[in-house]
Amino acid sequence: MSAAGLFVILVSSILVNNFVMSRFLGICPFLGVSKQVETAVGMSMAVTFVMTLASIITYLVQYILLAPLGLEYLQTIAFILVIASLVQLVEMIVQKVSPTLYKALGVYLPLITTNCAVLGVAILNIQYEYNLMETIVNAVGASIGFGLAIILFAGIRERLEIADIPAVFKGFPIALITASLMSMAFLGFAGLV
Amino acid sequence: MDITSIFTPVFILGGMGLIFGGGLAYASQKFAVKVDPRIASIRDNLPGANCGGCGFPGCDGFASAVVEGKAPADGCPVASEEAVKAIASVMGQEVSSGEKMIARVICAGGVDKSKESFEYYGIDNCKAANMFKGGSKSCKYGCLGLGTCVKVCPFDAIEITEERLAVVNPDKCTGCGKCIEECPKNVIALVPYKQDVHIDCNNREKGKEVKQKCEVGCIGCQICVKACPFDAIIFENNLARIDYDKCKNCMLCAQKCPTNAIYANFENRKKAEIIEEKCIECTICKKNCPVDAIEGEVKQPHKILEDKCIGCGICEEKCPKNAIRMK
Repeated sequence: MSAAGLFVILVSSILVNNFVMSRFLGICPFLGVSKQVETAVGMSMAVTFVMTLASIITYLVQYILLAPLGLEYLQTIAFILVIASLVQLVEMIVQKVSPTLYKALGVYLPLITTNCAVLGVAILNIQYEYNLMETIVNAVGASIGFGLAIILFAGIRERLEIADIPAVFKGFPIALITASLMSMAFLGFAGLV
Repeated sequence: MDITSIFTPVFILGGMGLIFGGGLAYASQKFAVKVDPRIASIRDNLPGANCGGCGFPGCDGFASAVVEGKAPADGCPVASEEAVKAIASVMGQEVSSGEKMIARVICAGGVDKSKESFEYYGIDNCKAANMFKGGSKSCKYGCLGLGTCVKVCPFDAIEITEERLAVVNPDKCTGCGKCIEECPKNVIALVPYKQDVHIDCNNREKGKEVKQKCEVGCIGCQICVKACPFDAIIFENNLARIDYDKCKNCMLCAQKCPTNAIYANFENRKKAEIIEEKCIECTICKKNCPVDAIEGEVKQPHKILEDKCIGCGICEEKCPKNAIRMK
């Protein structure tokens, strides 16, 4: 596919089919780690790393191991195996390289394992029959989209902290309302590609 | 059926697992972070329920806070005495082991004893019920019994009885205090685990009003205050309250209370016993007994009247020869 095709995939996965805002995948870290921009950036970096690597490896697993042996039905379990081990690896690396980030991400780092966005990208890549290049572009785009959503959201939530909000809406209720408004805003990109 | 269709997936998945596992094992050595070994050994001694009762994010957070000196070794309200001692010894500290505290619902007025002023069909939640006229119970201080505390208890220690009353299981309760925070009526209190006498009423209204609303409420007659040989009952805001530091579990107040608002576990009541070989027949115990349960004159064998003895332990304390024991 041409460079233009790759660009379309990139834009599509960042904006139009944003994983959080229009596919509603990865909501758990989206709500959990979005209290501060700093941790949100860390989380999106970790997700980017895991997502891209996971997409490449699951692609190879799918077309080298599973497809030739007719084991496509093992897709989900095999992909989860890949993602789980990758997350473990990322956890170790983060703990070594940046203990502060490790502390800030806390329980959400191992939770990337169950972040459905990661598995979602891996499975969608196969469903859309992307080749390796497209897979990588799609994964990078998806994780940029995830990062964009979570960092924007964290920025808004930081301001909400000091805003005068009615007591009943404080905390998660206003966060969810914000998320839905953002989701509607992202709807504006529909039809772009 | 082709046997390979069973074995291939097993080998493929198993092989993948093996490779990833090996890779992770290698990475874990390569990226090993030196952690303070004290954190791990403290963590091993904690209950691991991650209840947050200590104010830190989970047991791991508490363990590292202890090592950093931000939390006291006995900061975990849930840990058993042995566990606290073990944690303290890891940190090289001595801990004056605090008494184990448990939560107790200080209300005995179930639907059979306390009148309902209307029927409540709203949301099954004490907080919601409390918002409408303070709940359906005529007594505005009592347990609503809709189980909001049951839902927050991480240890499954609270039950709702048939009389719609929350009851804490003392053996399961760890005193983490979550139910106390949650209860909209503030009718749950922390009490010492060893305590056998409790005033199960939270109503601060005048006696007449209490009597109209509940059969087992504290009507503020102060009979218990007068009956207590140890001044262990404090009376304030129309409500009697036990000072647990002074209370000796003699259960005299529970016997005297006209409305049975004081609960006492009479099965645990102790009895004094004179060890005859040690007794020098001095009558000190007799003079000090608050209920005249000891008979005897100087140079005459002393005798304890079992039906009168309340097991307060004063005689045991006063006996100069340690000739009295409680059992």
